[in-house]
Amino acid sequence: MVTHESGGGHGHHAPPSGFIRKWVFSVDHKVIGIQYLCLAIFSVFLGMALSFLMRLHLAWPTVKFFFFKGGVMTPEQYLALMTMHGTIMVFMVLTTAPQSGFGNYFLPIQIGAADMAFPVLNMLSFWTTFVSLCVMVSAFFVAGGAPIGGWTSYPTLSALGEIAGPGQGAGETLWIVGLAIFCGASLMGALNFITTLIDLRTKGMTLGRMPLTCWTWFVTAILALLAFGVLLAACILLLLDRLAGTSFFIPGGLVVTDQVITWHKGGSPLLWQHLFWFFGHPEVYIAILPGMGVASHLLSTFSRKPVFGYRAMVGAVCGIGFLGFCVWGHHMFVSGMSPYSAFAFSILTMTIGVPSAIKTFNWLGTIWGGRITFNCAMLFALGFVSLFVTGGLSGLFLAQPSLDLYLHDAYFVVAHFHLIMGVAAIFGMFGALYFWFPKMFGRFMHEGIGKVHFWLTFIGVYAIFMPMHFLGLAGNPRRYSEMTAGPFLVALQPLHAFISVAAFVTISAQLLFLFNFLWSLKAGKEAKEENPWHATTLEWSIPSPPPFDNFGGREPVVYHGPYEFSVPGAADDFIPQHLAPELVRKA
Amino acid sequence: MRRRKERGSTSVALALALFLVFMTVVTVYIIMAKIWWFPPAITDLGHEIDAQFTRTFIITGIVFVMAQIGLAYAVFRFRDRGQKATYFEGNNTMEIVWTLATVILFVGLGLYARNAWAQVHFIGASPGALPIEVTGQQFVWNFRYAGPDGKFGREKPELVSASTGNPVGLDPTDPASKDDIVSPVIAVPAGREVELILRSQDVTHSFYVRELRLKQDAVPGMEIHMHFTATVPGEYELACAELCGLGHYRMHTMLQVLSETDFEKWMKDQEAANQ
Repeated sequence: MVTHESGGGHGHHAPPSGFIRKWVFSVDHKVIGIQYLCLAIFSVFLGMALSFLMRLHLAWPTVKFFFFKGGVMTPEQYLALMTMHGTIMVFMVLTTAPQSGFGNYFLPIQIGAADMAFPVLNMLSFWTTFVSLCVMVSAFFVAGGAPIGGWTSYPTLSALGEIAGPGQGAGETLWIVGLAIFCGASLMGALNFITTLIDLRTKGMTLGRMPLTCWTWFVTAILALLAFGVLLAACILLLLDRLAGTSFFIPGGLVVTDQVITWHKGGSPLLWQHLFWFFGHPEVYIAILPGMGVASHLLSTFSRKPVFGYRAMVGAVCGIGFLGFCVWGHHMFVSGMSPYSAFAFSILTMTIGVPSAIKTFNWLGTIWGGRITFNCAMLFALGFVSLFVTGGLSGLFLAQPSLDLYLHDAYFVVAHFHLIMGVAAIFGMFGALYFWFPKMFGRFMHEGIGKVHFWLTFIGVYAIFMPMHFLGLAGNPRRYSEMTAGPFLVALQPLHAFISVAAFVTISAQLLFLFNFLWSLKAGKEAKEENPWHATTLEWSIPSPPPFDNFGGREPVVYHGPYEFSVPGAADDFIPQHLAPELVRKA
Repeated sequence: MRRRKERGSTSVALALALFLVFMTVVTVYIIMAKIWWFPPAITDLGHEIDAQFTRTFIITGIVFVMAQIGLAYAVFRFRDRGQKATYFEGNNTMEIVWTLATVILFVGLGLYARNAWAQVHFIGASPGALPIEVTGQQFVWNFRYAGPDGKFGREKPELVSASTGNPVGLDPTDPASKDDIVSPVIAVPAGREVELILRSQDVTHSFYVRELRLKQDAVPGMEIHMHFTATVPGEYELACAELCGLGHYRMHTMLQVLSETDFEKWMKDQEAANQ
């Protein structure tokens, strides 16, 4: 194994002194991690604000509000909010916070490295992400507004330009360009993560001793490397269709609002769906895998028990990563794709439930027989398990094409993916933040406010998303700006109002979180110990916050597995990874 | 060893366990009481799909209850009361057992669902089926019947003009298109198989009738065939289920399932109006 001195570009960069080099164009992976987290926190509040407006309109479609032009939201405004909500949440929150944020900060430390393998590339990838966010958000401010095609941006709606609808002109172009830039940023980040993990592990940090967080960041980076390249290609083709008159996705003979489209022929809208979902399904795992790693880590630490079936967990993560690339067709059961491939995709999708079930059993096995401490970090990890189970099981319905015929593009799908890739992943991140906050900032977050935040959020998300399953069973299609077209939709209106109220409470609770976060930075209880949680991994062997080069120039040596809690014969109920065997106190 | 007293651990553990039980019970109750539920199916296939829904509900329901209640139990039972955690790193036999169990359960369920899917898509419509061409455009549906000659006439994109009453672009120079009937609602005879030919003029739409338990995208540049035999006369809502632009939410019409005689009459009326 290569030790971290021999990795390129290490051990020679001194701490920068100026504000710009230290906090803006920093190459320190910890600062970049915090920058990513700030970007994600900004984005998640923006995304929530958009969903607030959407829920307001869905619950009371005819009530006038002063902040809409003319008092009532128009259908195109609703769809623009919906598109931007999805895009911002998926890319700027669920892709950045778990991987680029926490991964950037803690992957190098957990494997005993002084920085990422390519610090300058790391900086570049953050600022590229920032540019991407700016370009996307600017779509709100151009003529026609933000695009209305949803985060999946299916052609031909997305390829024909303004004629297909407001927002499909300049707004859609900016959206695609922003997304393409984001692909570039993610590719840079993925390369960096993979190289760092392979090359910069410290002495004794074998693959079998890596914390599960590192395993999930590793597999996520591989997924990102293979998936974002395809999305980038798809975005470029779509841009060419729009700007250069090509016809990758547009067939001939189209008539849009009585106007014959004569300059396109020979393309296929299905091509986009294949490319998009070849990226889009792995993207789900890009969002959730790091959350799984964090949950495993926290459940073990706060149950004072080793992770149950560490090897099975690693195998399941790799299995999910691999199968994640074999199931994209389950998004296309009603698309007109060959029914035979639909059947194959269906069986593969049912198979991916298996490693997910293994993980769930192992999480229960991890806390079973433990001594559970209920701090905020642990509560969010336990909430993660519950939400992962609930969100995952509805996947078994959607994976069967004959059932998907009814549920596809209905609210059942909205419930499914929000629970599993949205809320569960966010719970993983909340757990991570409450857990690592003292390491990152030298102070604890306030436990009392944190508990209120947990309870309101946990109850809130179930109150929002459980009823959406019922809307789906009743056949309510998604992406409708109001439920007024037919009697059966009107009958579901009270359930929509209930969901909206639950959403407002849950969103308000996040302000509590924001307050806790900001207040704790300044005035939280100081974390005097290096290892306040009595955890085992390397980040807890260095000061809080860690010095510029993490380990002060020395190379840590790893002697133990990542989760040696309550080992029989040891005096303490945890054995840190870096503790030499002769220093472990006997009972 | 050092024992830290975690004050309040019992109340938090109890609260979490109770919430998980409460959430599980309410969810299972709402599903079993069918408070928000499918409308009754009107095809044999629909009943078969409903049976597969039931099987899937039973299996996922058991896993859901076991996992949530198991979590609630573990949270309460193993809360910090100053005990020492038991040390074990895993159990290979258990890993193998639950891996195999889930493989059999999940993949078996997927294979079981094959039959319903095969009826929709692997088998085409029978030769005697009534063909109806379905055309989606922003934001209306149009349905074309071949008329007395049994032949669909030619259509040309450049002739499409919703405002002048030719929404699908029928070519008047083709004798076969003279008797074609275009209607904004779809009527079908009960008990007779219908073959739909789905097309779209502009963007992707999706044909969705809840009572048929069917959904199929209408994709620009493609002709997609689907078939069904509705058995229960009545009026059913037909919605668009694929985002097609700002009017997506109001792209809505009715499916009328008529008795054979009523359908003959409906058809005659349409033909008369077409003269």
